[in-house]
Amino acid sequence: MTTQTKKVTPMQEDTAAGIVRGGETLKAHRDRILKATRDSGHYAGLTHCELRETQPIHYNKLFSRLRAGVVDARETAKKIAASPIVEQEGELCFSLYNAAGDCILTSTGIIIHVGTMGAAIKYMIENGWEEDPGVAAGDVFCNNDCLTGNVHPCDIHTIVPIFWEGELIGWVGGVTHVIDTGAVGPGSMTTGQVQRFGDGYQITCRKIGTNDKLHRDWLHESQRMVRTTRYWMLDERTRLAGCHMIRKQVEEIIADEGIDAYWAFAYEAIEHGRTGLQNRLRAMTIPGRYRQVGFVDVPYSHEDVRVPSDFAKVDSIMHTPSEIEIRRDGSWRLDFEGSSRWGWHTYNAHQVTFTSGIWVMMTQTLIPTELINDGAAYGTEFRLPKGTWMNPDDRRVAFAYAWHFLVSSWTSLWRGLSRAYFGRGFLEEVNAGNANTSNWLQGGGFNQYDEIHAVNSFESAAEGVGAMALRDGLNHAAAIWNPEGDMGDMEIWELAEPLIYLGRKVKTNSGGYGKYRGGCGYETLRMVWNAKDWTMFFMGNGHMVSDWGLMGGYPSAAGYRFAAHDTQLKQAIADGAELPLGGDRDPDQTAWDALLPDSARIKRDKQAITTEEMFSDYDLYLNYLRGGPGFGDPLERAPQAVADDVNGDYLLARFADSAYGVVLACDNDGHYTVNTAATERRREQIRQERLDRAQPTRDWMAGERDKILAKQGAEDHVKQMFASSFRLGPRFYEQFKTFWSLPEDWTLTEEELDRPSYGAHYAMDISELPDVHPVILVEE
Amino acid sequence: MAYTRQKISELVDGTIDDETLHTMLSSPKDTERFELYIDVLQERMPWDDRIILPYGPSLFCVQKSDTRQWVIRCRCGHDFCDQSDNWKLHALIHVRDTPELMEELYPGLMAPSSNWQVLREYFCPQCATLHDVEAPTPWYPVIHDFEPDIEAFYRDWLGLEVPERA
Repeated sequence: MTTQTKKVTPMQEDTAAGIVRGGETLKAHRDRILKATRDSGHYAGLTHCELRETQPIHYNKLFSRLRAGVVDARETAKKIAASPIVEQEGELCFSLYNAAGDCILTSTGIIIHVGTMGAAIKYMIENGWEEDPGVAAGDVFCNNDCLTGNVHPCDIHTIVPIFWEGELIGWVGGVTHVIDTGAVGPGSMTTGQVQRFGDGYQITCRKIGTNDKLHRDWLHESQRMVRTTRYWMLDERTRLAGCHMIRKQVEEIIADEGIDAYWAFAYEAIEHGRTGLQNRLRAMTIPGRYRQVGFVDVPYSHEDVRVPSDFAKVDSIMHTPSEIEIRRDGSWRLDFEGSSRWGWHTYNAHQVTFTSGIWVMMTQTLIPTELINDGAAYGTEFRLPKGTWMNPDDRRVAFAYAWHFLVSSWTSLWRGLSRAYFGRGFLEEVNAGNANTSNWLQGGGFNQYDEIHAVNSFESAAEGVGAMALRDGLNHAAAIWNPEGDMGDMEIWELAEPLIYLGRKVKTNSGGYGKYRGGCGYETLRMVWNAKDWTMFFMGNGHMVSDWGLMGGYPSAAGYRFAAHDTQLKQAIADGAELPLGGDRDPDQTAWDALLPDSARIKRDKQAITTEEMFSDYDLYLNYLRGGPGFGDPLERAPQAVADDVNGDYLLARFADSAYGVVLACDNDGHYTVNTAATERRREQIRQERLDRAQPTRDWMAGERDKILAKQGAEDHVKQMFASSFRLGPRFYEQFKTFWSLPEDWTLTEEELDRPSYGAHYAMDISELPDVHPVILVEE
Repeated sequence: MAYTRQKISELVDGTIDDETLHTMLSSPKDTERFELYIDVLQERMPWDDRIILPYGPSLFCVQKSDTRQWVIRCRCGHDFCDQSDNWKLHALIHVRDTPELMEELYPGLMAPSSNWQVLREYFCPQCATLHDVEAPTPWYPVIHDFEPDIEAFYRDWLGLEVPERA
């Protein structure tokens, strides 16, 4: 492809009526870019990048100005928002695209949307938006449709085309995570619905403005489709202002540097991103194959999960095995064969979400650069079997909390890469994994200002971090989906939510054990106050920990819920009585429960996903944010570090012995010290206990095989997971049978289980709708 | 940039200073790291066979000096198997698949539910070092998690001579 001049190629001559610079239509332009990429192995056919190679300073100047522009737009625009999700947590992002809809560069923030907004632009290109409704300077488009690639309906995209001298030269997109999208239940990532029809207001690349002004019909319609109208409208102004700031800056840069240089940059930067990924793979990893797996629980057969459809009221497990293949030439392939089927819940994901989101994680490890664009996606081969939870084959699926499993399935990849980092000696890059980024405190009703309201506490932006290979993970520090996460100020949350803080402290024992332990999460105890007709629910992992430890480290703790109704705390406060405060330090001790009257209704169990539950003033809700996994054998942890953990309330004293083999002595002030000699003896004793109660793996396998042959030892939710993975992943099925030496005719199907399997055999994709051309970006 | 042998030794020990660690994280990777790292590890081993690739803090791919076979070896000197095999199949395993076994490690409400997920601990049969913990569902195959292309790594990526392999 020629990028320096406006040379017209034969293909352009055929489509001279188009709006793209040089006269191509959007569709012809994208087709040409894709073909050139396919034919040459380089983005847009750029076997050499003339601007970057011959004028590197000019190239870098363009990069620096544009990158600074998108970051500045984000920082400035977010001050417009009133929503603490945006203003406090930074849940927004702006990206600049070339005419083909490929991302050139992006701001900080929720950079998963590098791909999702690009997918929306590509959807418009592939579905004839240029012809109808038309694309012109001053237009404004809105998208949050999950079937075009959006993560979940609460991520709202504003997309603005950029024109120069009457020709389209690119696009700018802005996204914010809004508090509510008018789903069945209040909050942005709700649980009560099991299909798209109830998943929230969804807009498919709709033109909502012309001449830089939003249409009145759009404003009237959209504000009544959501609960939190004020936040919704200010979020939209945030996105639009940011887009216009960036568009203005692009125009200024073109005026200064010339359109030819900008046009060249808009394509060379993506090839730069592609080669940059390959270089990083060669610089940091080891060629070979890496295998890992992630799981998360979906416990829907519980009485506190109220869903509209009987066929959805089942327990299930989401499953993603993955194989990373890093080749000698620095290219790589990520294959998710064996993943389980999509389900009747809100935890499904679009292929674009799954692949684009991986870069959120990779920017924290493999490609921690400012040059985040679609180059990395072009440099990666993805295989997501059709019908799986991350590439559903049915247009009814719901996506509201796609993150429930995205986090756990991606983070296993980080664990795989960490084996490479460790092997090469880059111990500073090793990460045992990431916390499941929950709980999500959500709900709504009438708030303290007597307005219809919804809440989604983003305290979950600060979970425990996985251990490194050389030190403990950070405590209550980060979330994989936002590299700049923050727990937010209590004072701000109390303004945004009718929930008083009765406690906020580290979550004891939540980090995974290891030579270096995972970072602990934290917990906050909230008391409902000044709310009316109020509901809340829980959203997180409970029965399963969704990440493992690494190289001998243990997974972090799993989740649970605590809520209390009819607490009579109003009277207790008036009486000056002792109140539940601080943290639920040892949930086995149930200290808070003892402070509540016998008549109180207490929910304290492993059911970490629920649907809307009624709450009244003075009711209690525990928001437990998870910890990260550990690294290395816990018996190698420095004994003093274990004592420090107990003294700092990161570890319950009784686990110093059972997990670490450290014998502590407690003085009269409650301060723990290490008994060194007893610790050495205890650790030696534990080593002997390990040998005594373990068995050769192959002996254990023989017993496990017998169970599998008899179809025993696994409950139906486990069997259903395997059955759905077998059906969608024939290679996974064969590998399973080979590993366990099962007879050739051994089978396991969903039909043989005593539970409904709606969706297993009958599905209808959006590609079957009239005049719809989905954008497919992966091997299926 | 290059780091001193002392700094790499501190990195392995987990005692490296914050400033150097930050530099390591934020700078392009040092190409000589691998050889220095292997050298630092080699002198700490109670055996002389050559480390080819570290698999974990106490687990290595090693070239046996007498036969030139590449094996997976524990720090204590126990050989699990040939490098091409999955060492976990030659380890000792302990499976935590009951609430009682889970609650040895976690408060009851914070433990995984053993009818959803089990913990599989893999130990060295000789010294009882815990080399890995898997946390899958019941029935899940043992994962062969790492199959490096060591020849390509040495020859094509690092420009090093590939150690002889029997």
